Amino acid sequence: MALLDLSSVTMRFGGLIAVNELDLQLDAGHLYGLIGPNGAGKTTVFNVITGVYTPTSGKIRFNGAEIGGQKTVRITRRGIARTFQNIRLFGDMSVVDNVKVAFHCRQGADVGAAVLRSPKHSSEEARVERESLELLKIFRLESLAGEKARNLPYGSQRRLEIARAMATSPKLLLLDEPAAGMNPHEAQELMDLIRWVRDRFGMAILLVEHNMKVVMGICEIVHVLDYGSTVAIGKPAEIQANPEVIEAYLGGA
Amino acid sequence: MRGFLLSVGLVAVLYTLNAAFTGGLGPALAISPYFLQVICLAGINVILAVSLNLINGFTGQFSIGHAGFMAIGAYASAFVTVTFGEKVRSALSFLPMEARNDILLVVALAVGAVLAAVAGFLVGVPSLRLRGDYLAIVTLGFGEIIRVFILNIDAVGGARGYAGIPKLANFFWIYFFAAVTILIVYRIVRSSFGRTLVAIREDEIAAEAMGVDTTRSKVISFVVSSAMAGVGGGLFGHYLMYLHTNSFTFLKSIEIIIMIVIGGLGSITGSVLGAVLYIAMTEGLREAAQYRMILFSLLLIVIMIVRPQGILGHREFASFLTRRRRLPTVPPAPIR
Repeated sequence: MALLDLSSVTMRFGGLIAVNELDLQLDAGHLYGLIGPNGAGKTTVFNVITGVYTPTSGKIRFNGAEIGGQKTVRITRRGIARTFQNIRLFGDMSVVDNVKVAFHCRQGADVGAAVLRSPKHSSEEARVERESLELLKIFRLESLAGEKARNLPYGSQRRLEIARAMATSPKLLLLDEPAAGMNPHEAQELMDLIRWVRDRFGMAILLVEHNMKVVMGICEIVHVLDYGSTVAIGKPAEIQANPEVIEAYLGGA
Repeated sequence: MRGFLLSVGLVAVLYTLNAAFTGGLGPALAISPYFLQVICLAGINVILAVSLNLINGFTGQFSIGHAGFMAIGAYASAFVTVTFGEKVRSALSFLPMEARNDILLVVALAVGAVLAAVAGFLVGVPSLRLRGDYLAIVTLGFGEIIRVFILNIDAVGGARGYAGIPKLANFFWIYFFAAVTILIVYRIVRSSFGRTLVAIREDEIAAEAMGVDTTRSKVISFVVSSAMAGVGGGLFGHYLMYLHTNSFTFLKSIEIIIMIVIGGLGSITGSVLGAVLYIAMTEGLREAAQYRMILFSLLLIVIMIVRPQGILGHREFASFLTRRRRLPTVPPAPIR
């Protein structure tokens, strides 16, 4: 059974059908791409999966459980993490604290323990500190751990967003345009990083991206959307040769 | 162990100062009753400002209803001492009078804190779904509802005001609870839970997506803050021995907001500084008679022009003493 299974999911905003009868299956350990022209509904798909919107109709099953319309928090705790198209870091917090926040949902000790400084709270804090720094090391951000997130250069902010998402220990990672605004060199580094993260943690990754070099370079299966409907699904090479995809992007001849 | 010694030391210092100020250590050390009252009211302001900063500064939820929760704490605890005071005192007759009064005060404050927390919960659950201006308006409304509600309870004096409250609070207890408030807020902010609050302030949508139960975090911080405002209110009543709902209008809430804004939203030491500075300015300018409030407003304007982020900004006072360490910008190593 697929890790994430969308069956005929529709998302309607008034008269606008943003996502139309979408079927999407993702398996653990694979890299998927979701592409399509502007306004094709890619980000809406992310928002439906992560519970920002409740789908108008259709079923979303994750790991065997129905998650359609659940609150974002619950879905994150089940194991779906995401990054945002326009970076949404906690700007005034330090880099390491950004990651620590995401560890919170796996922590047991709460307010009472914090006020009383219980041993459980202290030991958990120490563990979170250690694991956060390890994660930052993986993303080569450890030298910036004490810096405020908003002071980071753009590429590092993108990496930090992925690191933060990883801290929720996801089974599925959704990346919304991770290479946006990156130069070719940074994009290449990012591709290596995404592939490496997948190999190391074995989760499924779904990425929305406009940079075709990135999509075709790392995705194993590419899903093409246009006007909320599936145009094609296949390996990158097949997609590049598909006349319907070319038409969706360039318009009919 | 270190914490224990520090608390014992703090209690000893407060106790000695209390004795000194009231003339217990000889007339040379005593200070004028007026000055003592100003110092005590400053301490109550510290409690209110630091607790409000937890919501407005750290969690970023703009509440203008703090005076309402202060009022609940003030009236509830005063009601406890006035109504049950004699019973509690006679039940504890084996203790010296001073100890009996102290126990009575602590019990009354606890009742006030609990009721204020309950009110905070009831107000917080529906209101905290709103953001920005909407939350401000709703909390302002609830604050006034609480005040008018109390104004119509005859058992606590209604429009006549609530007189006959015994003077149980003093310098010692006010500053003791100010220290407790600071400690609680400090520990919350420096905890895993506290990070979720700041994350909500920085970006609520991202916080939610990172697995933070934002509603729960916001409500808890609101409840804790309300409880501490209740303690502040209880001390206020037991210090001035008289309560009137006119002390708890939304102008009081605005006063507390001014304190945390001039001190720096999101800075505990900033709130302490703001609370003390506020009363120092309003009292210090009494010489200026009719120009007092004009000068006060001008001072506030100057502070906001010079330090729009508040005197301390987001930072704590101690962070100005240690030289800011520039982190080395090591060129990133290649992956793997």
